[in-house]
Amino acid sequence: MKSVSLGQYYAVKSPIHSLDPRIKIVLAILYIVIVFLCSNLLSMALLLVSAIVIVALSNIPLKIVIKSVKPILFIIAFTAIINIFWTTEGNLWLDLGFAKVYDKGVINALFLMVRIFVLIIGSSILLTYTTTPIALTDGIERLLSPLKRIGLPVHDFAMIMTIALRFIPTLMEEAEKIMNAQKARGADFTNGSLIQRAKALIPILIPLFSSSIRHALDLATAMECRCYRGGEGRTRMKILKCRASDIFALLLVIGFGAAVVCINIFASPFLPF
Amino acid sequence: MNSDSYIKIEDLCISYEEDDGGRTSVLKNISLDIKKGEYLAVLGHNGSGKSTLAKLLNMILEPDSGKIYIDGKEITDPEMTEDDVFELRKKVGMVFQNPDNQLVATIVEDDVAFGPENLGIEPAEIRRRVDEALAVVGMSDYAKGEPARLSGGQKQRIAIAGILAMKPDCMIFDESTAMLDPLGRRDIMNTVEKLNREHGITIIMITHYMDEAARANRIVVLNDGEILMDGSPAEIFEKSDKLRECGLDVPQCVGLVHSLKKQGIKIEGECHTPTACAEAIAAALEKKNGKN
Repeated sequence: MKSVSLGQYYAVKSPIHSLDPRIKIVLAILYIVIVFLCSNLLSMALLLVSAIVIVALSNIPLKIVIKSVKPILFIIAFTAIINIFWTTEGNLWLDLGFAKVYDKGVINALFLMVRIFVLIIGSSILLTYTTTPIALTDGIERLLSPLKRIGLPVHDFAMIMTIALRFIPTLMEEAEKIMNAQKARGADFTNGSLIQRAKALIPILIPLFSSSIRHALDLATAMECRCYRGGEGRTRMKILKCRASDIFALLLVIGFGAAVVCINIFASPFLPF
Repeated sequence: MNSDSYIKIEDLCISYEEDDGGRTSVLKNISLDIKKGEYLAVLGHNGSGKSTLAKLLNMILEPDSGKIYIDGKEITDPEMTEDDVFELRKKVGMVFQNPDNQLVATIVEDDVAFGPENLGIEPAEIRRRVDEALAVVGMSDYAKGEPARLSGGQKQRIAIAGILAMKPDCMIFDESTAMLDPLGRRDIMNTVEKLNREHGITIIMITHYMDEAARANRIVVLNDGEILMDGSPAEIFEKSDKLRECGLDVPQCVGLVHSLKKQGIKIEGECHTPTACAEAIAAALEKKNGKN
């Protein structure tokens, strides 16, 4: 239970890991926009290449990357099939009697698959795999800090996130302890119908709930004793600095986006799809 | 008022409301003077009011009556502003019982930085303080680690470092060893002693462990909200009968020396810690053998 890992963060050294979290959030958003801008064969091919480059740069083993896509394979397959059979444009390729397959449909399905794949891989590699949850929270807080001026409690939200992340392992450990205690008194969590098993969880949830309130009370006192009084007048030890590499990465993605737009405008008339 | 007293408590009373509306008093007319740089242990069994006393010193609780002065400033003054409380907590840090409920961040050094960050200190200075505080508690190697992966004693040392980085004059330990294993307890006690000796920090150690109290310069024994005894460990352990009356016992080594003395064996010196006790007994044996 001690080795519980938070989020999907994969700890290796890579050029992507060392980017400023703020830049990474911006990059991920830009990248997602670019994914949707790609609309023809050439830009799709470029997109696929860019995803491969990102994966290679991140130093994350391919096995882990593939694992991240697994849960959505079904959705991808489903949407692809729907696209194949429901499109009625272009040239007829195949007539199965009950359904007709057009070449445009196949291409649409292919594009969609590439888009979703790249979307998931791009955003997870750029963000969750290469950034610790805490750095991510920090990045979001600082990116949103201009919103403080219009009265949005940005700092408070970030603090809540940080504490929630901090207490996940503590509460998991506690849940295990409570579960063992209930098992020792004869509780049965593995047998019976779904409803029975759900009911068996109540004696775990209630103590867990009350103890998390106790944790919160104690923590609030301890935080007050450490002079915490909200975000006002607070400084930070770690200053996030935009280095040359961050600017370079940003320019690279912007350049890529510009290239995609250019391809859309100028190359489309010459491409079959 | 004594010129070198850092904390002065006068006639302090506090009570809490029972479910039936009646009031139970927790502390009754407590008066206490704590000097700067002193290492004080507050000893008492459960419900003696020792933790309440600690919480009063940090303004987590407010007394019904009586006055507390810290560093010459009356903190029980009803005119105390939020800024005054902030200033007080900067000077008097508190380490609690459960290490898990004190750590805020998911990375050790971020947690130690939490206090100084709240004080609005410059980032470079925070960095310096964090590194220094982690070195003092001997946790520098774990600076980038996750608190969740540390043992109780290590977590508690991080909590101490977190207070230390705020550079307080005084630190209160509210049963900070109660949830630790013997090894963790020993580490914390050594750290506490180091803070007192090498950094001149006034220590108030709230505990119910006799052997921990024995290491202090001065012991105050609380019983049912009143000060029963106040003196050096030697003076307190002398009166073992009185200690037993309020449900406390002398440390094992002191008890051993007492019984040996009763048997007519001459043992000299103060024997409040196992090491000192062993040395005294060894000396007594040598003397005896020398005579033969």
